[in-house]
Amino acid sequence: MLKQIEGSHAVAEAVALCRPDVVCAYPISPQTHIVEGLGELVKNGRLSPCEFINVESEFAAMSVAIGSSATGARTYTATASQGLLFMVEAVYNASGLGLPIVMTVANRAIGAPINIWNDHSDSMSQRDCGWIQLFAESNQEALDLHIQAFKLAEELSMPVMVCMDGFILTHTFERVDMPAQADVDAFLPPYEPRQVLDPAEPVSIGAMVGPEAFMEVRYLAHAKQLSALDVIPRIAAEFQQRFGRASGGLVRGYRTEGADTVVVALGSVIGTLKDTIDAMREAGVRIGVLGIQSFRPFPLAAVRAALQGAQRVVVLEKSFSVGLGGVVSTDVRLALSGLQLHGCTVVAGLGGRAITQASLQRVLAEAIAGTLPALSFLDLDWRIVNRQLEREASMRRSGPIAENLLRDVGTIASKVA
Amino acid sequence: MHGVSAMLQIRFHGRGGQGVVTAAEMLSVAAFHQGRHAQAFPSFGSERTGAPVVAFCRISDREIRLREPILAPDVLIVQDPTLLHQVDVFQGLQADGHVLINSKRSVGALGLADMAARFRQERLRTVPATEIALKHLGRPLPNAVLLGGIAALSGLVSLDAVAHAINATFSGKVAAANVAAASEAFDHVRQELEGLAHAQAD
Repeated sequence: MLKQIEGSHAVAEAVALCRPDVVCAYPISPQTHIVEGLGELVKNGRLSPCEFINVESEFAAMSVAIGSSATGARTYTATASQGLLFMVEAVYNASGLGLPIVMTVANRAIGAPINIWNDHSDSMSQRDCGWIQLFAESNQEALDLHIQAFKLAEELSMPVMVCMDGFILTHTFERVDMPAQADVDAFLPPYEPRQVLDPAEPVSIGAMVGPEAFMEVRYLAHAKQLSALDVIPRIAAEFQQRFGRASGGLVRGYRTEGADTVVVALGSVIGTLKDTIDAMREAGVRIGVLGIQSFRPFPLAAVRAALQGAQRVVVLEKSFSVGLGGVVSTDVRLALSGLQLHGCTVVAGLGGRAITQASLQRVLAEAIAGTLPALSFLDLDWRIVNRQLEREASMRRSGPIAENLLRDVGTIASKVA
Repeated sequence: MHGVSAMLQIRFHGRGGQGVVTAAEMLSVAAFHQGRHAQAFPSFGSERTGAPVVAFCRISDREIRLREPILAPDVLIVQDPTLLHQVDVFQGLQADGHVLINSKRSVGALGLADMAARFRQERLRTVPATEIALKHLGRPLPNAVLLGGIAALSGLVSLDAVAHAINATFSGKVAAANVAAASEAFDHVRQELEGLAHAQAD
């Protein structure tokens, strides 16, 4: 059924269609509307039976999710930014224990400086935590990925993070096709756990493992993620067969056939890139975009296959490893080992900086002309950067950086965007 | 107002508490109701009551993929006239765009003579949305009222679709009062436009 609703509410409804037994979460922008929506659905009886547990922190949210999943309950939570960081110890435990929790990360920057806006720093900080990480391009894909995520998580006994851009997707009203309950029920079988805490048949979960077997447990997690490289496309194909649309999978190319230049990106910016690429193609530029839907496991072979015909790869990413450069770029480079390709990393949209078509066209033209540095920052305001560098060079007590830069920028209330 | 394949971009300016974001969302629901693709989103600030707020809406006959803020709007809705001399609300406005300002004063009386000289008067209008809202709702909430006004000014969506969006957002007496207020704004703008057309015909 077609609906015009907010991304967060679309996700809440999709999660409800998956009939979770337990939803536990702590509110944090920009994730809040998702769990508020689920709270309403539980309270008004549309999602029943389901226990909605109010917890006192994100650490508690993931701890409750672990306990609930270990009893065989289908379990969902959501978080973002500092909230994800606060639950990290439990995040690793959830994957280490092999518990198929599904969690939305409404991607948001990490402080300091405190910033509520979108980038991918939060989920990228957890790329090695053992969870599967899927990225949504649109609200339709976000809701579809949640339905696929429960199936994937439970089949593999492994937790799945569905990453969707905070505000840009979560707070946007757009058209979505909401599946019917009967179709979701047919697609997603009841949860059949591999391990259950049950007083009638007592077992323990969470043994201490020493040097004799720890590496083997870790290896098994890796082997399972590698098997997800087969399971993810299979589930996406089953989804397409039942619901009639392509969502998820490992990677998805757009106009990459015969492209000399391919832009690699994750999440909602792919939409803006598609419009940009259409405009550049019309002007005769052979360019396409490769969206990565599965960031963990990272589809090395699929990325290599999609990029090996190109001459130039531009990784546009909303994440940044201070002291190194791109995060996604490092993985893309690994996928391209041995190939002779020009490669550039463009860090864009940090802390909610708008990524515009005009800026993308300019930076992609520079990449094609060979004038773009290996690492660049889209629309970086060098004026305030240099002013701060001069300040630090000229005096010892230069003061707090964030406050200095805000003073230099001046009031932004008069700016539209 | 434009070719069917063109994407229309609408920008809303107001203050926290005036329902600016809700207005953009309701416009998207109205457009969806008429079978079109629409995308509404806020300017993503931490909103405070009284602070300047911007919200956006795109309407198209095709899937909308673009996710940048609206920099060159076709339609501008100003929910609070005190913003006119504080924020550059007209930034990027298309030369053939439509502007609707919430005010009981005329465009000239608002100190917008420069704008009035550049824009055709049937595309740059004011409507006393706060007064109409107070009359019907008893509260100075101009957002739904202005949607009625813009339906008359631009033909972007129909008044029926606006009423549908209001009913999808509010319920009971609040919905009914907002629909009545939007209808009054629609009639107000349409009568003014008809007056202009007659004056030009004479």
